[in-house]
Amino acid sequence: MPRLNADTRHRVAFTLNGRPVSGQAEPRMLLSDFLRHEIGATGTHLGCEHGVCGACTVQIDGGLARACLALAVQTEGADVRTVEGLSPDGGATLSILQEAFREHHGLQCGFCTPGFLVTLDALFRDDPHASETHIREMLSGHLCRCTGYAPIIKAALAAQATLLARGAVAHPDDTMPEEDVHA
Amino acid sequence: MKPAAFDYLRAGDAAEALEALHQEGGDARILAGGQSLFPMLNMRLARPKLLVDVMHVAEFGRIDDDGRTIRIGAGVRQAVLERHVDLKARQPMLAAALAWVGHAQTRARGTVCGSIAHADPSGELPLALLTLGGSVHLRNRKKRRVLAANAFTTGMMATQKGDDELIEAVSFPVAVPGTGYAFREIGRRHGDFAIVACAAVVDAAKTVLGIGGVADMPVRRELPLPADPAFADALNQFAWDLDARDDLHATGRYRRDLVRQLGRQTIEEAASCRA
Repeated sequence: MPRLNADTRHRVAFTLNGRPVSGQAEPRMLLSDFLRHEIGATGTHLGCEHGVCGACTVQIDGGLARACLALAVQTEGADVRTVEGLSPDGGATLSILQEAFREHHGLQCGFCTPGFLVTLDALFRDDPHASETHIREMLSGHLCRCTGYAPIIKAALAAQATLLARGAVAHPDDTMPEEDVHA
Repeated sequence: MKPAAFDYLRAGDAAEALEALHQEGGDARILAGGQSLFPMLNMRLARPKLLVDVMHVAEFGRIDDDGRTIRIGAGVRQAVLERHVDLKARQPMLAAALAWVGHAQTRARGTVCGSIAHADPSGELPLALLTLGGSVHLRNRKKRRVLAANAFTTGMMATQKGDDELIEAVSFPVAVPGTGYAFREIGRRHGDFAIVACAAVVDAAKTVLGIGGVADMPVRRELPLPADPAFADALNQFAWDLDARDDLHATGRYRRDLVRQLGRQTIEEAASCRA
């Protein structure tokens, strides 16, 4: 990749929730602003813009990331997942995790919610049996000023129980290999 | 809060990154995980003309364990090191310290070397590197040099790294049998900056305690063994010598008390872990 000039807008292309997207960005443009203003994916919210509040949390190549602590040009060629990718059918139906938040009052104003959802989505994909302690530790990277967190923990545990009961996993590509059984 | 304008270079190899640093000097900044740099850029506390992204340099992505030291390349994210095979056995203090670094969401991006380069006085990794007696591998276009951790950091967010240099790796000593290691920290909330962080190494002959979050850089001191009658006085003297100040988060008095209490607890934990 050649050196990208500060004053010029450059084409940036990556995969967003499984679909190719592209737009124009100056090098200084944050991924959060690129998602919202260039792509129009406004599900990712911006609270503090310096990595503290967690509202803008997304997944880049499977790992969690603050979208305000990354550049659009850094994500060239990457695989990005945002809250818009959680619904199994592009928005008509809530995911199990989202439904649990609705059911257990895991949100009030909803501003911080996309970040919480994206973190829990990654957690239950990587560690379906995560302990409550681990869940709480993961959510310590998010601020919520409405709920007092207890309903969020409740929603997370309920979603985890449903996911485990249904044998469902957050990502279709996260399949366990067949167990070798010698009865 | 948005960063001021800068050029962006995604370096394909170390030579390209080093050449850019050679050309631009102090106007360029290395971008690795960005978890310390972006807050500074967003708040415009840093205004580089060029960011050199080193996360696509293959040779910087390595973790090498030669039996004596674990060498961690410039591109190794904290979360990758956390998952490194047997880290807890290879260097228990490093494993314990990592859990205190930021949040899982920032550790997924932030690098080990980036944290050392940032040299925040309350940073866990600079404290662990100093207390363990690790080293920093610097490199410019022409040569490499290795500095001991205690020679690398010179003050608050200040280091010996030249403008044309980058940290290509840092080395942590592997745990030695018969030596115990521990790391503890007190903050307002999990993931906040440490009010006081303690790192301890205890073997049959001596105790080493490192303290972060109090002075303008981490400080390490050799103390008598916990059973020695001189231990309490030596620890108290250390607490006073750090010249703790009052700020929004804690008073100097409280910090000194944490050094005494948490320091002792950390040392005792390390002593009990001696294998």
